[in-house]
Amino acid sequence: MNYRIGRWIADRWVMGVGLLVLAYLALPIIVVAGLSFNRPSNRLSYDFNEFTLDNWTNVCGPAGLCDAVLRSVQIGFLATVFATVLGTLMAFALARHKFFARPAVNVIIFLPMATPELVMGTSLLALFVTGSVALGFWTILIAHVMFCISFVVVTVKARLAGMDARLEEAAMDLYATPFQTFRRVTLPLALPGIVAAALLSFSLSFDDFIITNFNSGTTVTFPMYVWGANQRGVPPQVNVIGTAMFAIALLLVLATNVRRRRGARVA
Amino acid sequence: MESTAGDLHIANVTKRFGIFTAVDDLTLTIPQGAFFALLGASGCGKTTTLRMVAGLEEPTAGQVRLGDRDITRLRPYQRPVNTVFQSYALFPHLDVFENVAFGLRRRKVRQVASQVERMLALVQLEGFTKRRPAELSGGQQQRVALARALINHPQVLLLDEPLGALDLKLRRQMQIELKRIQTEVGITFVHVTHDQEEAMTMADTVAVMNAGRIEQLGRPAEIYEYPATAFVANFLGQSNLLAGEAAGLSGGDVLVSAYEQRFAVPAVRARADQGPVFLGVRPEKLALVADGAAVPAGHQSVAGVVTDSSYVGVSTQYLVRTGWGTELAVFAPNSGTAAPLALGARVTAHWDPRHAFILRREPGEGDRTTPVLDEPDAVGAVS
Ligand SMILES: Nc1ncnc2c1ncn2[C@@H]1O[C@H](COP(=O)(O)OP(=O)(O)O)[C@@H](O)[C@H]1O
Ligand SMILES: [Mg+2]
Repeated sequence: MNYRIGRWIADRWVMGVGLLVLAYLALPIIVVAGLSFNRPSNRLSYDFNEFTLDNWTNVCGPAGLCDAVLRSVQIGFLATVFATVLGTLMAFALARHKFFARPAVNVIIFLPMATPELVMGTSLLALFVTGSVALGFWTILIAHVMFCISFVVVTVKARLAGMDARLEEAAMDLYATPFQTFRRVTLPLALPGIVAAALLSFSLSFDDFIITNFNSGTTVTFPMYVWGANQRGVPPQVNVIGTAMFAIALLLVLATNVRRRRGARVA
Repeated sequence: MESTAGDLHIANVTKRFGIFTAVDDLTLTIPQGAFFALLGASGCGKTTTLRMVAGLEEPTAGQVRLGDRDITRLRPYQRPVNTVFQSYALFPHLDVFENVAFGLRRRKVRQVASQVERMLALVQLEGFTKRRPAELSGGQQQRVALARALINHPQVLLLDEPLGALDLKLRRQMQIELKRIQTEVGITFVHVTHDQEEAMTMADTVAVMNAGRIEQLGRPAEIYEYPATAFVANFLGQSNLLAGEAAGLSGGDVLVSAYEQRFAVPAVRARADQGPVFLGVRPEKLALVADGAAVPAGHQSVAGVVTDSSYVGVSTQYLVRTGWGTELAVFAPNSGTAAPLALGARVTAHWDPRHAFILRREPGEGDRTTPVLDEPDAVGAVS
């Protein structure tokens, strides 16, 4: 009997621990989603008071919230595009070509990831001030592109390193010109890595606070808005934004999974 | 040899990687429509040779020609040559249909669907069009790789150990099928393998390669019956090679003295008639009789003691130790006419001189009686 119980536990404890970890990860998100449907009893309280849809119907209620979100989305989008294109090109160069500076570039690429954000933020500020660049939207964008590139290069390079070079030779053997080989074989195979890098870039840019805070001038992004609002009590609409962002991310992940399952033909 | 427009000529081709010479002044003509096997141990330069024909590697020196056309410097996509890669290299992101259609689409050929269907029927993969390579067995992937190359009707199809990843049974089955397909499409096949049995059963012509060079080229039976070098004699099957000295011609025979005995071999089966030579006899060409029993007229013989015997069904394989210590291999057919010989029995091994051959030998080289071992999975001697 004891043996049976022992077996039952032995067979299931990994599952149990896994569920606990999942709960640990999901709990904050559930709380945020819950709070987005909550009417707090006063400005500074976080208690679950009363169910309401007001926060969702009146997202832009609090002054400046929607402007900040829009600005963060714009910066995130632009930073993603620039970082993904530049980073992907760099990854190809580093993975496919031997050139004299390659070892050095490989190290430099890691620096932004290894450097504390505080240090990067202040040194960028010093750079912009020395160069008399007006702080604002563009300096934020430049800063975001810079740290996103590292993540893109590392992600895409890993994908390329795992790719069989003979596939490209096979394509050329089957009458594909170098451009067609890239378009029909290399790019589709590298694409999951590039998409992952782009998603990572956007989320890094969207919620960056420290570096942005140093280089923003008077421009307010969403994280800075939340930080500022925190002193007066965070409006419940912030939870709506958080929940919506999470839902979009979830949908994107699900969509890519479904697409992969279906095996949609790349042609 | 009659020259046709589609013959593949490899002329004095050399390929060096740094200081290492992978292919060394190789010259070959592969007739249009031939099933040609390039046989050699791994690392001898077979893949490098194919890659130079495909355009994936540029020769350090020499020329590759198709008919009269010099294709040495053409890019891979400009050559009417297709390859079945060693590990297939199927496109993992495309299904079977798109893998096979790849070459047609790049050349903007019309009626892709019907051609793909026909090609998949040829390799017996109808109904697999929507599968991804990862969802296929090894044998099925192999067929897709073949279909993907063949659909382009290349002038030459290069196959780099196409059956190497398959298990023995499937390999035998695919050998027969490849042969059938080649006969059906009539395209020149250059088939690289390190499996000598595969090369002999499939090819019209076999080239035995060693250390970047061709050791011998010919029909399988020619090479087997009259090898050109000691390497070939023991890479293609097995031979008993006895070290001796040739002492010139006498009548139509070359005289050889070895181990205080004199032998004669017809001059047409001698690669040398002076100096150090090997006297070679295949194990299945040797016969055993009890010591003192009569040897058929005209046969030559050496005496020895049976030291080992293994029964392999169609034959019994004996080892016979000679007076000077070399162990000869003897394959006796199990035809039921002779009683099996006991270990330790004194015997005489004899052969018809017309089945022996003489090869050049480096001075100082001793007897060689064991097969050149390649990879552990290589199929053993033909018996
Ligand atoms: N790109 C390369 N760089 C350096 N050496 C190579 C390269 N390709 C092949 N070689 C060497 O050339 C020799 C022949 O290789 P290969 O043609 O692949 O042999 P096989 O196909 O007969 O097994 C091997 O010793 C291999 O190490
Ligand atoms: Mg090889």
